[in-house]
Amino acid sequence: MVGIISYGVHIPWHRISHKTISSAMGWFNAASPPGEKAVANYDEDSITMAVAAGTDCLNKLEREKIDGLYFATTTSPYAERQGAGVIATALDLSPEMRIADFAHSTKAGTTALISACEVVKAEAAKNMMLCASDCRLGKPGSTQEHIYGDGGAALLMGDKQVIASLEGYYSVSYDFIGEWRASGEDFEHSLEDRFVQDEGHNKFITQAVSGLLQKYQLSIKDFAKLIYPCPNARLHAAIGRRLGAEPEQIQDSMLASVGNTGVAHPLMLLVAALEEAKPGDKLLIASYGNGSDALFFQVTEEIEKIRDRRGIKASLALRKELSNYEKYISFRNILPIEKGVRGEKYEGYFTPLARQWRERRAILALCGSRCKRCGTPQYPPQRICVKPDCGAVDEMEPYRFSDKKGHLFTYTADNLAYSPSPPRIYGMINFEGGGRYWFDFADCDADSLEVGMPVEMSFRIKYEDKGQGSNTYFWKVIPMRT
Amino acid sequence: MAEGIKDKVAIIGMGCTKFGELWDKSPEDLIVEAFQETVEDAGIDKKDIQAAWLGSHLDDISIGRGVIVFSMALKLPFIPATRTENFCATGTEALRGACYAVASGAYDIVLALGVEKLKDVGYAGLPESGNLNMEGTLGRFTSPARTAPGAYAMMATAYFAKYGLSPEDGKRTLAKISSKSHHNGTLSPKAHLRREVSVEDVMKAPIIAWPLGLYDCCGVSDGAAAAIVTRADMAKSFRPDPVYVKALQIAASSGEELLYTDYDYAHVETTYRAGIAAYREAGIKNPREEINMMETHDCFSINELTQYEDLGISPRGRAKEDVDAGFFNLDGKIPNEVDGGLKCFGHPIGASGLRMVYEMYKQLQGKGGPRQLKDPKIGLTHNMGGTPPSCVVAVGIVGL
Repeated sequence: MVGIISYGVHIPWHRISHKTISSAMGWFNAASPPGEKAVANYDEDSITMAVAAGTDCLNKLEREKIDGLYFATTTSPYAERQGAGVIATALDLSPEMRIADFAHSTKAGTTALISACEVVKAEAAKNMMLCASDCRLGKPGSTQEHIYGDGGAALLMGDKQVIASLEGYYSVSYDFIGEWRASGEDFEHSLEDRFVQDEGHNKFITQAVSGLLQKYQLSIKDFAKLIYPCPNARLHAAIGRRLGAEPEQIQDSMLASVGNTGVAHPLMLLVAALEEAKPGDKLLIASYGNGSDALFFQVTEEIEKIRDRRGIKASLALRKELSNYEKYISFRNILPIEKGVRGEKYEGYFTPLARQWRERRAILALCGSRCKRCGTPQYPPQRICVKPDCGAVDEMEPYRFSDKKGHLFTYTADNLAYSPSPPRIYGMINFEGGGRYWFDFADCDADSLEVGMPVEMSFRIKYEDKGQGSNTYFWKVIPMRT
Repeated sequence: MAEGIKDKVAIIGMGCTKFGELWDKSPEDLIVEAFQETVEDAGIDKKDIQAAWLGSHLDDISIGRGVIVFSMALKLPFIPATRTENFCATGTEALRGACYAVASGAYDIVLALGVEKLKDVGYAGLPESGNLNMEGTLGRFTSPARTAPGAYAMMATAYFAKYGLSPEDGKRTLAKISSKSHHNGTLSPKAHLRREVSVEDVMKAPIIAWPLGLYDCCGVSDGAAAAIVTRADMAKSFRPDPVYVKALQIAASSGEELLYTDYDYAHVETTYRAGIAAYREAGIKNPREEINMMETHDCFSINELTQYEDLGISPRGRAKEDVDAGFFNLDGKIPNEVDGGLKCFGHPIGASGLRMVYEMYKQLQGKGGPRQLKDPKIGLTHNMGGTPPSCVVAVGIVGL
């Protein structure tokens, strides 16, 4: 039996209501769907969200035992630098594995899922991890601006303690040019909505699902949940009806709470379904994008043991309204704002990449050291122990801080420091188990902070060096989420 | 057996430029002006100078690296010259080099000079380096994008939390400190800022890095200061009123404060350690009773508050009582920032340590003008560079 062993998701903290968007752009695009969507913070991208979802997925699992990683996205910040490589390093996985980026279509996530399972089934790996995320942009005044949300999902596939076994799959693939984006472009082009929905979404999803049912001699009634993404609620319901599903079988699309999160979307909906699923449930999932992959899972008894993941429900509850449209478009680099000389100097100052390579584990995985003699964890990794009456030299072992919780020791909200979202908040935290350091903070307001409050770590963009064409990543402190 | 520097070296001349936003002065101008006042005060010729220690901190906006700009601006005649740097303790570091040169017996007359041209940055505050300057290349990745005010603001947050001060009470205590210094600045012709600032002005000022507001932060300015030192037993051949160096100590962070959890971020360990070492070197047993006046590193008001405790003058956690009683005011028991401090002079990094000694020197000679204290005998300077958990502190004691 091969299938899902664990899952995780990331829904960005900020939510923007469709009313806020149409207040700004309604003069151009009057349509305003109900609800809100999730939008990445200024320091998030598809890679950071993949790490966040991956961290949730790997909760309490042994990271050294992960055999491979796939990253699926249409919005990698890099055309050449494997996103899977950054993610694997940030998750502190072994470098002795195969990784790949699956890209260029919003069905890449399910394709990667199938491939990952096939690798395990072929016994070429004991397990394979998949992180899927997207950070798609809609041009101001477009339909996409309303529909496209940001988010990530992570799944670990294996053959032991499977919570949902992959029972079958069926794909159709087409060069359907309904929505497309050339290399280097920020915004996609799309043809008439009705064309894309009728010829694309509706046809491909129903074709893939029907093909799956026929291949495995099943009927739609056999399934507890039918899971598929959509650009709008009406089409979502129409596809379900066309397939002969009852309304209660159709997994809620989260269009009014998160939005359509591209590659991540079908997998985030799958996680939502898994959170409510019972042993024996069959779940049918279909993606969309240049065709459709349809897959189905059977939930096992092991599902009861996995309920401690943060998942969709808890992530939905962690929200902060972004009530300012201009902030939203400046975070997404659509609106250029005045960084000032200080800001430009901060970003453009020398980035010692050779050092980042040498100390990638310390920087990207937040791996420090622990003294074997006195047991004191310390970050950054040290050769000479920092404990005053120890001082042991070269008696260290690696010690990962990224998954440790902590408490806020002191902080400030700085109006002088450059920040895309002033004031810049940073402070010092003491880690549970030992060790302390100072970090930038994310996803919080200054007046919600209190000395002593519990915190955890989140992988974020530290700064963008546009001149060098690189994002520098590091870890920031966020108020504890669980 | 090492004896320390007490009474081995004397200062026989000092100079200090006006400090401020000196748009019309280049670093070379400031170097020459401070130097001229110094040699005139010492009554010597340039050719009498046998060695020089020159200090500046920021390479990229002042005089670059190495000593060449100094030696060429001053036309020093091929003498031994060293550029020294130790963050904001650079000024005292330059003096230290000069004093040790004399105390070693290698030279008899040595120059120490410090300069900084901070206003050439082009924007408000210290230049941005992504903390690479503070923490090396690793800091570019791992260090929060903090500013100087922010690093010290975190000490205010921690101090208030540790000693149970509400933000309002805490800020008010800090406001009294800043207001006191601004008053002294009105009596200080070379200071940059020379206006009275009331406690209410400080309380209402815009926040720079919470909880520090505009008047909790010293200004950013340009300036230079210098000293000529000689052997103690030669000093009186130059002038009847030399000032003797009683102690020169520096302490650098060990890493414990930043990386180990015992440090409370409500004091500065290096100030404490350098203070103890300086008192021992100068033979001072009870600083609260024996020190007459001070110039401490008030880049931020919270820093000055913790200095009162770290220098062993106020009891731990209770400096507020001394502040409320006016203990450190100009008419108090130990006036601090007699000339207005960094608060009123701003902080041209390489110069500040020497500007502090300049005020102590003039006071000891009875030349404090409208700020003159009554019969001071011993003055302490405290000069700090870095952030509370990662810093270097110099403490100097001079006297008659």
